[in-house]
Amino acid sequence: MQGATEPTEMLLAPLEAESATDGHGEAAHEDLRVLGLLVFLVSESLMFGGLFATYLILRSEAGRWPPEGTEVELLLPTINTLILVSSSWVINKGNQAIKRDDLGGFRLWFGLTALMGAIFLAGQVYEYRTLGYGLTTNIFANCFYLMTGFHGLHVFIGLLLILGVLWRSGRPGHYGAAHHTGPEMAEIYWHFVDVIWVVLFSLIYLLSLLNGAS
Amino acid sequence: MAQTQVPVAPHGGSPAPHPPQAWKWYDYFTFNIDHKVIGIQYLVFSFFAYLVGGLMAVALRTELLTPDPDFIDPTLYNAFLTNHGTIMIFFWVVPAAIGGFGNYLVPLMIGARDMAFPRLNALAFWLNPPAAALLVASFFYGGAQSGWTAYPPLSLITAKTAQSMWVLAIVLVGTSSILGALNFIVTLLKMRVPSQRWDQLPLFCWAMFATSALALVSTPVLAVGLGLLLFDLNFGTSFFKPDAGGNVIIYQHLFWFYSHPAVYLMILPIFGIMSEVIPVHARKPIFGYKAIAYSSLAICLVGLFVWVHHMFTSGTPPWMRMFFTVSTLIVAVPTGVKIFGWVATLWGGKIRYTSAMLFAVGLLAMFVLGGISGVTLGTAPVDIHVHDTYYVVAHFHYVLFGGSVFGLFAGIYHWFPKITGRMVNEPLGKLHFVMTFIGANLTFLPMHELGLQGMPRRVALYDPQFVDLNRLCTYGAYLLALSTVPFMINMVWSWIAGPKASGNPWNALTLEWTTASPPLIENWEVLPVVTHGPYDYGMLDYTNGRPYTEPAEQEA
Repeated sequence: MQGATEPTEMLLAPLEAESATDGHGEAAHEDLRVLGLLVFLVSESLMFGGLFATYLILRSEAGRWPPEGTEVELLLPTINTLILVSSSWVINKGNQAIKRDDLGGFRLWFGLTALMGAIFLAGQVYEYRTLGYGLTTNIFANCFYLMTGFHGLHVFIGLLLILGVLWRSGRPGHYGAAHHTGPEMAEIYWHFVDVIWVVLFSLIYLLSLLNGAS
Repeated sequence: MAQTQVPVAPHGGSPAPHPPQAWKWYDYFTFNIDHKVIGIQYLVFSFFAYLVGGLMAVALRTELLTPDPDFIDPTLYNAFLTNHGTIMIFFWVVPAAIGGFGNYLVPLMIGARDMAFPRLNALAFWLNPPAAALLVASFFYGGAQSGWTAYPPLSLITAKTAQSMWVLAIVLVGTSSILGALNFIVTLLKMRVPSQRWDQLPLFCWAMFATSALALVSTPVLAVGLGLLLFDLNFGTSFFKPDAGGNVIIYQHLFWFYSHPAVYLMILPIFGIMSEVIPVHARKPIFGYKAIAYSSLAICLVGLFVWVHHMFTSGTPPWMRMFFTVSTLIVAVPTGVKIFGWVATLWGGKIRYTSAMLFAVGLLAMFVLGGISGVTLGTAPVDIHVHDTYYVVAHFHYVLFGGSVFGLFAGIYHWFPKITGRMVNEPLGKLHFVMTFIGANLTFLPMHELGLQGMPRRVALYDPQFVDLNRLCTYGAYLLALSTVPFMINMVWSWIAGPKASGNPWNALTLEWTTASPPLIENWEVLPVVTHGPYDYGMLDYTNGRPYTEPAEQEA
């Protein structure tokens, strides 16, 4: 948790470099980064909340949702959902490992999480390429691409956080039972991205299924 | 923490063993992470924005001297009115009140050496200059035309490039606002000096807490609205295009879900400044400390559920009109509680008519008028009648100019000795106040009448029957523009050559006055110990029987 002194360190720097002591021999204030992240995620949730509200209003006003000829695929996104949701469990194993000072286990589980995140993203890109409609096809497609794309951006950022933490773990003694704020923050962010996906999956895919059946 | 001390490094480079004794002038132009430097950066930056926005207002009012659009091109008129509103809100009041006073004062008032996340704080400030540059650049593409509300479909069909740049600028300042808000919340929750109880927290800090909570939950929703607008403008989506299944009303909901709370973002910190300035200069404890503190939280909460009162004429269903009329009237109650508290504090006080106090009392007068017109506008039947007329313009200038700007000036005169270490020139300050007070009323009072007579807002061309009152408004605007001259002379002159200020020139009791003027780089040699409430004026310290305002040893 040293200050950001190298360019490679800048990834987590805005939040992670804040635990400076002052020059007066007082105890440094406690590490507030986790709290800061949680407060930030409140704000992020409202951003997704705004998108979801927009989606639901547009959906309630449309005659058929999704419109005729625009079908959502279900198999691949369901597999993707399973991968992303189970990765939340995997990343938690990694965090438990670092709390036991088990650096190898930590790297294994975090690496696995990164892999699962990458598979999710790749699956999403594949889905985009194989769907019969693009961003501008109709209002449903607008919502579909914007919401999944915005969430995908968050997965990507989460992935970068995990890779950044893995990179930093290469330094001897950087993370351990006493110092694991970085992994903890990456985990919290990853859970957040997961929870948002579950809501998003329900709104876009499951609700569309309901509509198609009726 | 096992590592060695990592002090504030002015350039983010290799940390020096100790921070310098005082900042040099050029430190204020760098990515400095001292909250006081950042506060001053915000204040100075936003004041320049105020001058630009003010010049635009002068151009608008000059155009309105005559009924015909003969002074500036109507397109330029639209660009000026859009950017006047945008600049005054997003580049003057919000950054000055929250970024400027918030950053400068909150750590000093709670006995902290800095904010919880100093680097994030600096980053939040440095998002503002690029945003301002974007707005300036947008004028090369004609300037955004659709008002500060940017309602589609108007915003989708006029000056698209400029509108996109406008959106990006607002998203940048919005991000800055969110980062600042999370910083304030964590700082206020966790960084208070241990001896400070919650009921000893200055009311400005309570106000900043409420403000930050509000900014945190409302700003992202605006970002969604603007983001969707950006996609509609540039990437062929149709969220707000009714002919392709979109819905313009959704934009209005997303916009006002932020932009109504935004008026509280602009007034709650000002209310905090009022609660600091009035007791100090009236030499009395604040009346109803808890009522004022909790009313900030109440405004924050109720303020989230009133936004549809901006949309009474947008085909809003009757039940919604009813609900939002009632909630709007309810939100006036906590505001009234504050006003009552300040008047009761003034009652029987030994009032010192300093420039700061004059602006604070001026705010009371102006804001009550703005509040009354606000209650009438919040009532759906009246609003439907005067919607989009000058009555609305009159109302929000009474609360934003008469409220926020008066409060900012009160705060600047009050804390100028702390920030610069020098006293302001009081006669010049009083001249500034008189010109501002007369100018503001001359400009904005006739607008009520104009609106009731039916003059629409946002037009360069109007019916000749309105010409007399419009002249009056324009002369008032010129007086307002002139009123900044004594202010600027005062600021520059006093900063360079004003008489030196002691650490506590007003004999005030909040913690920022316990350090030197200007404060040391890390605020105190030894952190202060809180032994009394922030407003215990005239009360006796039972340990030595002397008033708290007589300096005692424990607060050296």
